[in-house]
Amino acid sequence: MKTTEVIVAFILTLSLLSFPSLGFQSDELLVDDEEFGLEGAPQPRSPEPIPSRSQPVTTPTRKRHSDLDSDSKIQFSLDHAFGDSDFTPAGTFSARLKTWSHGGQTLTKLRFSRNSFTDEEKEKFKNLLESDDFYRIRLPSNVLSPPGRDFIISSVKARCLPREGLDEHFVIHMEGINVLAVNYGSPGSCPYPRNLKLPAKWSFNSHTVLKNSEQAPRAPVFTEEILGGENGEGEVVPPPERSFWAKYWMYLIPLGLIVMNAITQAMNLPEEQATGQVPAQGQPSGGAMQRGPSSAVRRR
Amino acid sequence: MAIAMAIRSFLFLLLLFFSSLNPILSLYEDQVGLMDWHQQFIGKVKQAVFHTQKTGRKRVVVSTEENVIASLDLRHGEIFWRHVLATNDVIDGIDIAIGKYVITLSSGGSILRAWNLPDGQMVWESSLQGPKHSKSLLLVLTNLKVDKDNVVIVFTNGRLHAVSSIDGEVLWKKDFEAESLDVQQVIQPPGSDLVYVVGFAASSQFEMYQINARNGELLKHESAAFSGGFLGEVSLVSSETLVALDSTGSILLTISSHNGKISFQQTPISNLVGDSLGPAVITPSSVTGIFSLKVNAITIFIRVIGEGKLEVLEKTNLKTAVSDALSISEGKQAFALIQHAGSEIHLTVKPADDWDGNLLKESIKMDRQRGLVHKVFINNYIRTDRSYGFRVLIVMEDHSLLLLQQGEIVWSREDGLASIIDVTTSELPVEKDGVSVAKVEHNLFEWLKGHMLKLKGTLMLASPEDMAAIQSMRLKSSEKSKMTRDHNGFRKLLIVLTRAGKLFALHTGDGRIVWSHLLQSLHKPQACQHLIGLNLYQWQVPHHHAMDENPSVLVVGRCGPSLDAPGVLSFVDTYTGKELSSLSLAHSVAQVIPLPYTDSTEQRLHLLIDADQHAHLYPKTPEAIGIFQREFSNIYWYSVEDDNGIIKGYALKSKCTSEVADEFCFDSRELWSVVFPSESEKIIATVTRKLNEVVHTQAKVIADQDVMYKYLSRNLLFVATAAPKASGEIGSVTPEESWLVAYLIDTVTGRILHRVTHHGSQGPVHAVFSENWVVYHYFNLRAHRYEMSVIEIYDQSRADDKDVWKLVLGKHNLTSPISSYSRPEVITKSQSYFFTHSLKSIAVTSTAKGITSKQLLIGTIGACFTGFGT
Repeated sequence: MKTTEVIVAFILTLSLLSFPSLGFQSDELLVDDEEFGLEGAPQPRSPEPIPSRSQPVTTPTRKRHSDLDSDSKIQFSLDHAFGDSDFTPAGTFSARLKTWSHGGQTLTKLRFSRNSFTDEEKEKFKNLLESDDFYRIRLPSNVLSPPGRDFIISSVKARCLPREGLDEHFVIHMEGINVLAVNYGSPGSCPYPRNLKLPAKWSFNSHTVLKNSEQAPRAPVFTEEILGGENGEGEVVPPPERSFWAKYWMYLIPLGLIVMNAITQAMNLPEEQATGQVPAQGQPSGGAMQRGPSSAVRRR
Repeated sequence: MAIAMAIRSFLFLLLLFFSSLNPILSLYEDQVGLMDWHQQFIGKVKQAVFHTQKTGRKRVVVSTEENVIASLDLRHGEIFWRHVLATNDVIDGIDIAIGKYVITLSSGGSILRAWNLPDGQMVWESSLQGPKHSKSLLLVLTNLKVDKDNVVIVFTNGRLHAVSSIDGEVLWKKDFEAESLDVQQVIQPPGSDLVYVVGFAASSQFEMYQINARNGELLKHESAAFSGGFLGEVSLVSSETLVALDSTGSILLTISSHNGKISFQQTPISNLVGDSLGPAVITPSSVTGIFSLKVNAITIFIRVIGEGKLEVLEKTNLKTAVSDALSISEGKQAFALIQHAGSEIHLTVKPADDWDGNLLKESIKMDRQRGLVHKVFINNYIRTDRSYGFRVLIVMEDHSLLLLQQGEIVWSREDGLASIIDVTTSELPVEKDGVSVAKVEHNLFEWLKGHMLKLKGTLMLASPEDMAAIQSMRLKSSEKSKMTRDHNGFRKLLIVLTRAGKLFALHTGDGRIVWSHLLQSLHKPQACQHLIGLNLYQWQVPHHHAMDENPSVLVVGRCGPSLDAPGVLSFVDTYTGKELSSLSLAHSVAQVIPLPYTDSTEQRLHLLIDADQHAHLYPKTPEAIGIFQREFSNIYWYSVEDDNGIIKGYALKSKCTSEVADEFCFDSRELWSVVFPSESEKIIATVTRKLNEVVHTQAKVIADQDVMYKYLSRNLLFVATAAPKASGEIGSVTPEESWLVAYLIDTVTGRILHRVTHHGSQGPVHAVFSENWVVYHYFNLRAHRYEMSVIEIYDQSRADDKDVWKLVLGKHNLTSPISSYSRPEVITKSQSYFFTHSLKSIAVTSTAKGITSKQLLIGTIGACFTGFGT
């Protein structure tokens, strides 16, 4: 037993040592996603407009902290379109670009500042609401050299957005510095008969989430690992303890029935006695006297 | 190897049979694992070599376009043995050496194999490499004996090899890489040790090398320039004369070499034909002294009478096919010629030296559904009266293979069924009261004859033929192969579209062909030159009028290989196989979407998406457009651009804004897109749920007695991408640089619901999607074996509905409509397993109500089926 354990441990360490970089990277990505990616940016009105508005250009302003694991700030813009209109800038995402020592680059600390609707845009959006049409957004597919190969487009029925204000929810699926897809929509549900409802406030309430790919759990490479895990100490995982009711219902139900039966009988019996005793009270002793011998005869 | 490569078409058939579109195919429990029927096909024959010299079994060895080598019985057409090579292992040539080995050259000339002729076992294999890519030619030198060894001359990849046919050892090799030589032919004049290599260099230089076949020594090299350039192939007319066409295709060149001097003779084709009709093509043939030209639809046979003089033998505008030459006695050659005339074909066998002296002339009635004769292979035999007899093997337009002898079709094989491109099912006719199955025995004589036969059978007096007749009668009357619908819907017709553009209806009971139909409308030469059949859809499935209306299928085809070629629709009755109507479309067909709506005649509405992302509605009736307008805003679709790595979603916008008013045409708009980074991901598989799948249970009880609701969306798409480097063969990359990503995407909104990366894994991915789970199969490079993973997706938004009291009090939201625009609250569960087998296909069983537990059907390389419970 001991030797197998040692072997298993050895193999495990070997297999861990053989692919250190990948395992390390994958862990880091997930941690980043959990800790920093989930930053909502409820900034309804951006105080100063972004200078480069006319075209979706991002300005990767890099300031290098160090050679290794350098961070730099980047920005990329969000465009929107009302129905079939052309895309116009609608906001800016800013994030920190983290460069890993092994060459990979990921985004962290994503923030989003949305431009508020102009009057013209409000009018367009109202039209969308009335015709139950699509509100479309787009992002560059590469955040460093936009628009990359193509724009990532996503759209939602405009009637899904208005709540108090305009609620929107972005889930940006990233692969390194590439945007794969963006899930865009309302943060909650949008049930089918979409009713026309104008927002009370014309301000956006944005939630953004960065998502990277999950790692599939690695199947054990060697059969010994599986065997070792199962038979190493002879630990058989006991099946989960079932509740008392789950175990003994087949006994409890008949028992309950018997009890109920008994109770009803017991209920009937005093009643019968009660009805039987009423006339007996009328004939106090004579009846009793007569019954006594007859029953005695029957018993014989 | 032999067993492992078997039964490809069968796999296709049965898997599609189990997984076919109609969900009412199932079996009783005791029928599981029994084989109802099993058919083997080989595909369209490319080359055939007869082996009939020796006594014993007469056979023909064929190579096909489906990369099959097979040995067929010449008497009955049965397969003695066959090998299905891999899809990229295209066979370039076959021949027979030393009377017992079949030599095949495949994979672009890089693999030479020898198979034992009697049993098909592989004897040897050699790999031939060369400096550059070129045409591959195989030549077995029959008369050159080197220690009882036949030498196989192979020209491949710019290098000439001589290979021993006993053990596959390369005896010598010679490179032709120095010049930009485009070798056309390798010729061995009969009875000499010399081999000539003939080709073009720099498109206007004719080159000829003379090589000693014993040692590869270059004896002579001649070349001559011709300013006009060359077009296509050269054809060998005699040992000293070749014919070729100039680059315009209007001048015929006769190239002759005499004592080391090459001379050209030019003859304009218009001189031969009379009037020029366009570019000509030399049809390859090997008859001495004669060659044939095709100018438009006219075939011209021309004889070369020494010194470049040409004589036109015959001009015909009938469809003609010519065989290669067959030497019948020393110095005499014969060849076969087949011409179409109406519903008959005329077979003529002519000697090479005398055009009018026919050795054989027969006419045979031919089924129109077989189309034209594409190839002819001739073979001779000695008749009982010691004269020569001839038989020919012909390959038809529908890829079937027939043997003709003595004016009859001896046997035929429906080898078009080896290349099935789509399958759908059709219900059989309802058993009507008036028409009982007993009507098959329609008259008294037949009835008496049947009973006499059966009596003979019981009294053991029956001959083998009688026994066969009794067997077939029993089979006909058996429950399984009736031509009527059964109670459970097990019996069906499989409607199969083959690559040749032929529809077959197969009975599921015994696999027999009920009818077949070559799509004539798809073969009108003026309308459509190169038709490609694409898909089959159920067009009309009558339920209300099942007694008096026949179901029909829609066949979608395309004119030509390019994606924006115009489409063709054809509607075929599934009971009779008659074409009801056909349409030549003005637009292309990129995608066909059967909509879940039918009109009052139970025709299903179909949306055809063309290459410009316009949607066209069929059938073009006002009623259909009425139904369509109601659902206008609920129609979404997506397109997958594999080579681009982009998936896009669309919705309908408005009527087409073209100059021609077409109220059945709609513009679309792009709603969403998913762009996979081209440097790290490449789409290798996409799978969706079946449109008509029925789910019985919405919830699943998991191991801890908890209930989870399945996320049942019809709009889920499973996509698998792999690292571009890892999309090649297994083992071509290291585990570090290969990964596989699985996605679940909602096709209405483009949301990625789930995304998981398998590091160190690669394709090919086979996947199946059903209910709320997807099972996919891939290769794990770290563990060096195949793995299967399952992803199940559950709806969390309905997790509160577990409360019984809510259900009782009606406070649940089980009946509220589900919208894709709601933010999905889903959780996924996944597991991976090792799976030792490599897959060819995977499918899942489906039943009418979805109650029966699901089984995965897995077709492995070894053509095994495995069932799994889920």
